Formats: sequence, structure tokens, C-alpha cells
Amino acid sequence: MTKTQDIVEGVLAGNRRSIAKAITIIENNEPEAHGLIAKIYPHTGKAHIIGLTGAGGAGKSTLIEKLVKEYRLRGKTIGVVAVDPTSPFSGGAFLGDRIRMQELCTDRDVFIRSMATRNYAGGIAKATKDAARILDAAGKDIVIVETVGAGQSEVEIIKVAQTIVVVHAPGLGDEIQAIKAGIMEIADIFVVNKADRENANKAVMDIQANLQMNSKDNPWKPPVLKTTALTGEGIPELIEKIEEHTRFLGGSLEGRRDSLRLEAETELVEAIREKVTSSLIEKLKKEGKFDELIHEIMEKKTDPASAAGKLVRKVLSNET
Amino acid sequence: MKKGRKIRVLIAKPGLDSHDRGAKVVARALRDAGMEIIYTGLRQTPEQIAETALQEDVDVIGLSILSGAHKTLFPRIMKLLKEQDLTDVMVFAGGIFPEEDMTEMKKLGIKEIFGPGTPTETIIRYVFDNLPKRS
Repeated sequence: MTKTQDIVEGVLAGNRRSIAKAITIIENNEPEAHGLIAKIYPHTGKAHIIGLTGAGGAGKSTLIEKLVKEYRLRGKTIGVVAVDPTSPFSGGAFLGDRIRMQELCTDRDVFIRSMATRNYAGGIAKATKDAARILDAAGKDIVIVETVGAGQSEVEIIKVAQTIVVVHAPGLGDEIQAIKAGIMEIADIFVVNKADRENANKAVMDIQANLQMNSKDNPWKPPVLKTTALTGEGIPELIEKIEEHTRFLGGSLEGRRDSLRLEAETELVEAIREKVTSSLIEKLKKEGKFDELIHEIMEKKTDPASAAGKLVRKVLSNET
Repeated sequence: MKKGRKIRVLIAKPGLDSHDRGAKVVARALRDAGMEIIYTGLRQTPEQIAETALQEDVDVIGLSILSGAHKTLFPRIMKLLKEQDLTDVMVFAGGIFPEEDMTEMKKLGIKEIFGPGTPTETIIRYVFDNLPKRS
């Protein structure tokens, strides 16, 4: 497709319009999406992807703005993907993360895209990952993915990152409970923002105590840092820790190969799962088997799990 | 509209006007109608608005201004959108404008102007009915 080829070439050249169009294509799951990702995939793997999550009000966006500015001083180019929830009722979304990043807006080496969680085929995590890949292929040194760490899907989103930073702020509510359990386990760096507030030290200690309780045989011990995003205090130290973690990840050749292998395997399994499910259901619907079983389930003649087992066995045996 | 395709709208407040209640009301109404709203807050420069529209690949831009500075700001915004090759984005304006300025604004490429008291349903309907066909 000429259009896709033009966009791919634009992305690889770092053209902002092409980047924007490419992200729209994968957001809308247009027919060109698959081909687009296939073409840019070989050009990915250079950017370091940082995930930033935490409860609303912790100051994530302000922190990101300061982080980006500091990275820019060090000569890095940045992509930011800011994810916000889609309303389950209206299907709409209010994407306001850019408000706090206004000063970055006209820096041509910073690309910011707001994404809503929508109801993506493959999940928002895949769409976010594809957006991060586009920014990676466009030559960005760092890609920051920002999400509110509120639900399970947000935990999935943040797993697209290589370094996961969890941001907390004192006075947001039940200190540690405000950090979802799933996030606690995958966080690489904790940040207590708004460190000028009086409960900051207590928040740090709470997190550290929790980490000790949960500590497994993880060779990387997640540090707990303090920042005041509004003034920029603690930002250089945060970048140092992110770089340290980057080095740690890239450290042993084996370690690097292992994590790349795990990533490839997880994605392949997920892609297979998605393709098999949609193709299978389509085939079953065509053969009328799907509706047949729906009726049996409704009449309580069978249960969903048994029905599924029956269908899958039938299909697999037909293939051999 | 294709399945999965959402309408993306940039609601922007150019210039120094700090009255944003109207903009937020429209933003919320459009969101409740199923659109994705990128709201960038107060004191936007024309450069920021054009760049945001580019990066976010929006379908629609709503410019909210009540300060009277539209005669300076709107031409600059429309010029930048043209330079960025964003002429297929539908632009509408909301706020307070003298009757005699509206023809000029439409000549610049602002498709519709909504004054104070316009029901949000009117704006929602207008956006749905006038969505640009984008490639």
C-alpha cells in the first residue's frame, strides 16, 4: 500500500505528521495497522521505554514535564504516550495530561500523544505498545508511557515499559493501599512526589517497609526516591536511577537475551491467542454451531466451559 | 463511521483569556457524546495549538475565546494550520464575537461560530454532521 509505505518512511525519518498518522492507524485498528507494525518492527528496540504510573493527583504529568526537560538538557529526544480512561458509559474520554506539559509543546524533539483506553482488540496494552514502537522507530531515545495506576488494565499497560516508575504523593489517601498490589510487585523505582509536604518521609518509610515484606530474590532492589516536581528537586537523581536500571537490564548479555526472549514469547502467544479466537469464532458462527450452543447454554442443557470444550475438540479433530 | 474510530477534538483557549468554564462545558458535553477531547488548558499560543493538533491528529478544533483578541489570534492559527497541512481539520469557534467579525472569521476557514447560550446539543449535532472526511 503506497499510503502505508509513505507513512512508514515518514516515521523512520522522524516526521511528526507521519508519526501522528501512524498512531491513528493503529488506534483505529485500520486494515493497514498490521502491515504498518510489520514494517516498522525491525526498526524498534533502540528506545528505552519508561512507564510512569500512580494515583491521580500524585503529580505524574508535572513530573514527566520536568523529566523530559532534564533529558533534553542531556541531548535526548523523547516520546510521551499519556493514557487516560475511556468512559464505559459514553465511550468518550477527557484527555488532559497535556495541560501540565505545555512548555514541551513546541519542542520539535518531543512528541506527545494522548490515548484513551477505548476497547481495543488485543487490549489497550497492545495499542500503547504499538504507539511506543512507532516512537521508537521514529528515533526517540526515550519513550515515556504514563497511565493512572487504578485498574488491572493499567497494570497491563505499564508492563510495556522496561523501567517502571510508580509515583505516590503524601496525603492522597491510604498510603500504601493507594498503590495497587500488582503495581507494587512490578515497580522498579518508587517516587514520593510533593516531597515538600510533611508526611513525605512517612510515605517513604511506608513504602520501604512494604518492600521489605514483599522482597523476593530480586537482584534489583527498588529504591524509594523523593521529588518535588514543581521545583524540579530530585529529578536529576531520578534520571540517575533510571539510567542505573537501564544498565542493570542491559548488564549481562544473558539477562538481556532472557528478557528479550520472554518479551517475544509473551507477544507471540498473545498474538496467536487473538488470531485463533477471532478466526475460530468466525468459523463457528458461519457453521451455525455457535448459535446452537448459545441456545443450549440458555436452556441450561450445557455450561459455557463444556460448550467451548466441545467446540474446540470438534474443530481440532476436523483439522487432523 | 468505522468501528473503533473515535472523533478526536482539540478544545483550545488561545491568548490570555482565562474564562474557561464554557470551554470545559463544551469539552464535557462532547466527551459525553462519545468523543475524545484533548484539552490543553489556558493561554495557548497559535504555535502550541497547531502543534497539538498535529501530534494528536485531531479531527476537530474548537477555539474558545472571550477576550476580543480573535482578530489577531484566529488568522495566525489558521495560517499555521495551513502550513502544517492540517486544512482538513474542522475548526469551530465559541465565545463572544461582534456580528461584523463573523464573516471575516468564516472567510478564514472557521466553519461555525457558537455564541454564549448555544445548547451543547447544537454543538454536538454540528460536529457529527460536519465531520471532515479524512484520509
